[in-house]
Amino acid sequence: MQPSLMNYFPILVFLGIAGLIGAAFVIGSLLVARQNPYGEKLSAYECGFEPFGDARRKFDVRYYLVAILFIIFDVEVAFLFPWAVSLSHIGMLGFWSMMGFLAILVVGFIYEWRKGALDWE
Amino acid sequence: MISAIAFYVFAAILLASACMVITARNPVHSVLFLILAFINAAALFVLAGAEFLAMVLVIVYVGAVAVLFLFVVMMLDVDFAALREGFQRYAPLGLTIGFILMVEIGLTAVNWTIAPAAHLAALVPTPEHLANTNAIGNLIYTRYMFAFELVALLLLVAMVGAIVLTHTDRRGPRRQNIHSQHDRTIAQTLTMVNMKLGDGSRQITPAATKAEPDKETAQ
Repeated sequence: MQPSLMNYFPILVFLGIAGLIGAAFVIGSLLVARQNPYGEKLSAYECGFEPFGDARRKFDVRYYLVAILFIIFDVEVAFLFPWAVSLSHIGMLGFWSMMGFLAILVVGFIYEWRKGALDWE
Repeated sequence: MISAIAFYVFAAILLASACMVITARNPVHSVLFLILAFINAAALFVLAGAEFLAMVLVIVYVGAVAVLFLFVVMMLDVDFAALREGFQRYAPLGLTIGFILMVEIGLTAVNWTIAPAAHLAALVPTPEHLANTNAIGNLIYTRYMFAFELVALLLLVAMVGAIVLTHTDRRGPRRQNIHSQHDRTIAQTLTMVNMKLGDGSRQITPAATKAEPDKETAQ
């Protein structure tokens, strides 16, 4: 095994234990608990009356806008991380290339701020 | 040994969950299986030595893209029972198209030749003494600087496009401007009017006498 992979061995152990515990709960309840399934147990319990509509209703499009703006800045932060790690090796060129990257994204940030895409009213 | 077992376990779960993505009846379930596939792909990246890529996969794809997919699935408001209605009718056509696509992919795979130089590059993914993240960081900000700046432009276009497509201006009366509220003076909003004694009550009295009998009959 590669030396860097050895660092991930505890995570593998955790994954195994988590899978075992999850399986133990499901199988244990199958083995030990009383099984008496019928259709009424699956029906919706909502303060005594039937639910009015389907759960699959339309979302406001603004949730989508927030999610996509989040992805963009998530990618930006993902680029910042290796830059911060190797900043001492890449010199001024590397520093200023990141500044250019950030400047372009700041233009977009100002645009979305001025457009009011960030406020929810 | 352990890494080989881990590889086969993760690869098996990845393939199984990828199959479940396209066969699950509930679209929300297929998005959840997609998340499982992403996580297993991240584990495979770790096994291949690309740690940074694995973490980015978890942060960006599992953390953000999967949420976006869930939003899209919720937002489409597709009646999936109605979509499956014509399954019998369209199955032959769909199978034909699928078969043609499979033959095309097969032809590409058969005729695929890997450049001999690429094989050498694949053998040395990272320098020995460097961590994965350092190796990436040393290259993309200097040697691949223009591609890196292009990424910024791409993100800018995505941002502007998303705002243009989805943002509707809601500049209504409910928007509060605290600055203008604090800045306004009494002279701007309040006007003092001198009225003769009894002027106001004379205008009100006809309406008041009319309204009162109605109230009593209602009670």
